Amino acid sequence: MNKVPNNRAWWLVLPVFILVAFSALIPLMTVVNYSVQDIFGPGNAYYVGTEWFKEVLNDERLQDSLLRQFAFSGAVLAIQIPLGIGVALMMPKSGIKASLCLILLAIPLLIPWNVVGTIWQIFGRGDIGLFGWGLNSLGLEYNYTGDTVDAWLTVLLMDVWHWTPLVALLCYSGLRAIPEAFYQAAEIDRASKWAVFRYIQLPRLKSVLVIAVLLRFMDSFMIYTEPFVLTGGGPGSSTTFLSQTLTTMAIGQFDIGRAAAFSLIYFLIVLLVSWVFFTAITHLDKEK
Amino acid sequence: MAEIHLKSLAHSYSQNPAGPEDYAIRQLDHVWEKGGAYALLGPSGCGKSTMLNIISGLLAPSEGDVLFDGKRVNELSPRDRNIAQVFQFPVIYDSMTVFQNLAFPLKNTGVPAAQIKTKVNEIAEILEIEDELHKKAKNLTADQKQKVSMGRGLVRGDVSAILFDEPLTVIDPQLKWKLRRKLKQIHEQFDITMVYVTHDQLEASTFADKIAVMYGGQIVQFGTPTELFEQPNHTFVGYFIGSPGMNLIEVRRCEGGVCFGDTVVPMGTQQTEALENLTSSNVKIGIRPEFVQASDVAADDTFAAEVKDVEDLGTYKIMTVRLGDETMKVRLTEDQHFEAGGTVQLSFPEKWLKLYVDEFLVEETEQ
Repeated sequence: MNKVPNNRAWWLVLPVFILVAFSALIPLMTVVNYSVQDIFGPGNAYYVGTEWFKEVLNDERLQDSLLRQFAFSGAVLAIQIPLGIGVALMMPKSGIKASLCLILLAIPLLIPWNVVGTIWQIFGRGDIGLFGWGLNSLGLEYNYTGDTVDAWLTVLLMDVWHWTPLVALLCYSGLRAIPEAFYQAAEIDRASKWAVFRYIQLPRLKSVLVIAVLLRFMDSFMIYTEPFVLTGGGPGSSTTFLSQTLTTMAIGQFDIGRAAAFSLIYFLIVLLVSWVFFTAITHLDKEK
Repeated sequence: MAEIHLKSLAHSYSQNPAGPEDYAIRQLDHVWEKGGAYALLGPSGCGKSTMLNIISGLLAPSEGDVLFDGKRVNELSPRDRNIAQVFQFPVIYDSMTVFQNLAFPLKNTGVPAAQIKTKVNEIAEILEIEDELHKKAKNLTADQKQKVSMGRGLVRGDVSAILFDEPLTVIDPQLKWKLRRKLKQIHEQFDITMVYVTHDQLEASTFADKIAVMYGGQIVQFGTPTELFEQPNHTFVGYFIGSPGMNLIEVRRCEGGVCFGDTVVPMGTQQTEALENLTSSNVKIGIRPEFVQASDVAADDTFAAEVKDVEDLGTYKIMTVRLGDETMKVRLTEDQHFEAGGTVQLSFPEKWLKLYVDEFLVEETEQ
């Protein structure tokens, strides 16, 4: 059969181009456009180059917010990943108990962000919330609206409650995929429980853990609704994370240029950290 | 090293076994002696692997006891039984190097590093994988993986026994033969009790001093390859060992011996005695194709049969004949000539003609 090159075939790719343009390129380029201009009104915009970027990077409020954000995401990963693996390891392998566990685990994942925030907002109250009232009646001073540490703990606890099940479910599916033969061989080789975990389960969980770490990092780094509903970013600005600072700037103060520059930096940070995670983890075993 | 005694052992995978058909292993007594090289031979699904897993402790038997040197070990884990087992398909720890894989069983029990190194190198040399020691185990070929898998069993010098569950399935024939020789050498060198599960009679007889033939959850015969060939205890052994297997013909008792169709076959004295006290109607006679005499000349003790087919296998021929309504195989030498469609005179030497009642051999003692 004779193949005739026909460049008009390129038109067939056009729908994809249009789709990608509208879903990603055009919105992103709009932000880029705003980030290099100072706009006073329609037809009244001035090109300012990298000025907004310089300002944003030197803004102390944003720097604080960024630090808090890294602290929060770090804490989320440090707690949820080991806890999720632990939960997955303790879950029954099959039968009705396994199904019950799976359903229980899935419940927090099905609740909308706003509702999660509201649940914990009420749950933590000292007067009518079971958690806050319980702690207070045990003699522990707990007040998440007034105390910085309490506020942080509550936000973390809420996120752990909401998202550890995701890590646990991912790990559980990874564990179930390990053939029984490996456990038998390990038993014959007299491996301890720790050795089984370290040399059989953990290496085979690697690919699901990459996904779990990336998802949890990106999600926690972009967290907005839950702390906004729970603490409103306070007390002071102690639980104001990046996206809330950004929203205040863009919508509250209508500081479009600065907010656009900030958005781009925010986006690049998420992209960069995810890339570093991904390359680091996937290259771990290619050393030899 | 230990003597392994299986005492009235039975195992069923179902919770409430209703009858004998629910059992993978049925009431079995057996002793694997210290330091022997044994094969456990049987068709797929006869309970071989179940038995192996019960010995190693991966599976707890429903009934009966497992004794190591007279001590009951039913409740002990594989770890405490100190037993090695090699599985049908290679199991390697793929995050480790070959060296780490082989060192794993030793490291788990806290053997000093220097000793681990010596032992691993020794085993790697025997298995000819010393050049791969520092490679990641997951990059190996299937047969190298199986060598590593076997190596992990062999590296522990002090084990009670090493169990092999069809370990050479994934290995190509050339290497198979070599590895089997290796195992035999290792056995001679270290004198460890070895039980080798297989469904290949050639593999069993090249590896083992004694073979246990398993059928329907029972060990039907335990003996040397020669014993299994010449004195099959059970019709299954006759059929399973040898190629082609034993000719087995269903017969009934009649005047002058046993009959099938119009054919009357005379029996020996002890066989006749057994027939007189017969209670079962399941009676068979068996003779190996190798022992059937074929000639052109009719005599008193010959039976005329029709030749259906002659197959030349190079060094010998297999002739298929029809005697009455029964089909039989006869092994011929290269210089015996019979044509398909012709007639042949067969005789069954008394020494090799076996009588089976309820599938089991009627024993003949020397007089």
